[in-house]
Amino acid sequence: MANMALKKVPMPEQAPDVRNKNFAEVAEGYTAEMAMEEASRCLGCKHKPCVSGCPVNVHIPEFIAKVAAGDFAGAYQEIALTNALPAVCGRVCPQETQCEGKCVRGIKGEPVGIGRLERFVADWQMHNGDSKVEKPAGNGHKVAIVGAGPAGLTCAGDLAKMGYQVTVYEALHAAGGVLIYGIPEFRLPKDIVAAEVGKLEQMGVEIKTDWIIGRVESIDELFEQGYEAVFIGSGAGLPSFMGIPGEDLLGVYSANEYLTRINLMKAYKEGYDTPIARSKAVAVIGGGNVAMDAARCAKRMGAEQVYIVYRRSMEELPARAEEVHHAMEEGIVFKLLNNPTRIIGDENGRVQAMECVEMELGEPDASGRRRPIVKEGSEFTMEVDTVIMSIGTSPNPLIRSTTPGLEANKHGCLIAQENGATTKEGVYAGGDAVTGAATVILAMGAGKTAAEAIDEYIKSKE
Amino acid sequence: MYKIVNKRALNSTVTLMEVEAPHIAKKAKAGQFIIFRVDEQGERVPLTIADYDREKGTVTIIFQIVGASTKLLNDLNVGDSILDFVGPLGVPTHVDPDVKRVCVIGGGVGNAIAYPQAKALHNAGLQVDMIAGFRSKDIVILEEEMKAVTDHLYIMTDDGSYGEKGLVTNKLQELIDVGNQYDLVIAIGPVIMMKFVAATTKPHNIKTLVSLNPIMVDGTGMCGGCRVKVGGKMKFACVDGPDFDGHEVDFDELMHRNTFYKEQEGQAREHVCHLTGGKRHG
Repeated sequence: MANMALKKVPMPEQAPDVRNKNFAEVAEGYTAEMAMEEASRCLGCKHKPCVSGCPVNVHIPEFIAKVAAGDFAGAYQEIALTNALPAVCGRVCPQETQCEGKCVRGIKGEPVGIGRLERFVADWQMHNGDSKVEKPAGNGHKVAIVGAGPAGLTCAGDLAKMGYQVTVYEALHAAGGVLIYGIPEFRLPKDIVAAEVGKLEQMGVEIKTDWIIGRVESIDELFEQGYEAVFIGSGAGLPSFMGIPGEDLLGVYSANEYLTRINLMKAYKEGYDTPIARSKAVAVIGGGNVAMDAARCAKRMGAEQVYIVYRRSMEELPARAEEVHHAMEEGIVFKLLNNPTRIIGDENGRVQAMECVEMELGEPDASGRRRPIVKEGSEFTMEVDTVIMSIGTSPNPLIRSTTPGLEANKHGCLIAQENGATTKEGVYAGGDAVTGAATVILAMGAGKTAAEAIDEYIKSKE
Repeated sequence: MYKIVNKRALNSTVTLMEVEAPHIAKKAKAGQFIIFRVDEQGERVPLTIADYDREKGTVTIIFQIVGASTKLLNDLNVGDSILDFVGPLGVPTHVDPDVKRVCVIGGGVGNAIAYPQAKALHNAGLQVDMIAGFRSKDIVILEEEMKAVTDHLYIMTDDGSYGEKGLVTNKLQELIDVGNQYDLVIAIGPVIMMKFVAATTKPHNIKTLVSLNPIMVDGTGMCGGCRVKVGGKMKFACVDGPDFDGHEVDFDELMHRNTFYKEQEGQAREHVCHLTGGKRHG
């Protein structure tokens, strides 16, 4: 008989007023008892609606049944069949719109905590499981992957499992992409990313950091070196700015820069040389996960006031529900239906204030969301010393400009079919490089799909 | 890890290092840059490539010891390794094929980068004049090398202790006034120098390339820290540059943005120099 409790077993968390001053993980994870109790809420539906909501098709009811039975190693094996990065997904996936959004238990009460259980299993495996990963037998074929982010790492893992010799080229000095430069330590500890990457290396995946494809080698040169297919997962690219006056003032950051300084370059840690603004009052512009991360980092870096300034309402806010909830708990102030018009500097050219207008929602626009319209005469000023722009990105031009035959759309995103095939033979792409800024799990799904397509493509040539 | 195979002090604060990085040496071109990170706690610091040897597989950098990172780099010796060394980054310098006569201008340590530009143009058969500016005689670098690749080399010092007394722009103005017809001016040095070179050439409509050095973190087209205003539009020096049309660059904004971390950089430098005696650990 299933546990019919309407609510999920609560996740142990650091208290908000404690955690907003440190970078340790917010959610502390289930104990084995909590995990088994939560797992027993699963009804084990035969039609598995949850799996249809998962971009990488994790065998959800199967792994949960094993957790309920206390077979955590078995549960891990079940997840690992389709998911190369479970410790990551359990933490950063927007479960409410994916697996948990489809859960039958969610019709009346809360859905099963699938994400929390996935995380528990992955963490259990990391601490208690057999850490040795078997290196699959090679099939003699070579594939190159550009970018060691979620798309590239997933594609690499799946291809390595099939026996391909995989080399991942990464421009930064560490593998992980947005998992290391973007998502903060308190949401995704970096030793977890390193452990997942380490598993791929044990499977025989070679990761070359400090290596810029498009400069050191072109895509065509990779083929000349004997790679039979290339997967491009080069990420979201350059940050967008609003184009309002004052964006050149000292104290205006892109979220990418602010987060990179803190996460990749460890500006929050004693002993690191990375400089960063010592802010007192910070406005983060935007409402996505990146904006939440930037705001919560700013608070932890010591800012007294941190605002999320978003031009639509709470309903349209694109960030993951848990991040919004956590941000509010931590004292981030949400200025909704507000839009900046101008950033104002002091006599030294440092940010002193930001002028905004109030917005109201009109008819739905092309995105299906109600279009924000300026309320006339509603100008007001916020006193801030730092402004962080988190309003999206546009793809890095390097690879498309150095690869003849590789086409992009008018936004600069690579054109790829459903299976990841680009306009150039043997070249596949996925993740933000194709979709524009999206989520980790969608990038992983694209990497997974492309791995299958690459396998078919290479086999078809034999 | 990237091994240092040669190291030479060009003056008391400027060092030349040759670093083993065959994959970068193979593709590097004039005008591009690398990013180094000395150790795990270090910053990512961009430096323009001063030279490369495709056969030896080495890349030469020349840097001035100005902050904590360059101090730590300078503490490494031949045989030691740099943790990270990534490149070649940025767009190579583009010189139109119809350019016949060029004036290359370097300021201070910028001459280390102006020199290979002059060399490349000279080797391509162009007529090259060079104006090399320094604060004083004791910091003059690469004089023989520059002389060997130029038709005329003019050394200027602020205090007149060597060459001619005056600014590079005084000499440039003079050369233009006496009728030298340059198709292109390339200026590499302090932002203020590049600003005034561009102001000098503008009335004469001489195309002027400058190499910009904004604050950068990743250097690969991700963080947006290196944004500069060129022709009224936002450009990113790491992927759109570092070379830009000097008549279009908003130099004042660049100078201003480069001051952002001055205070923290000063503290980091003090820390590295005094508290740890230049070494990170003991």
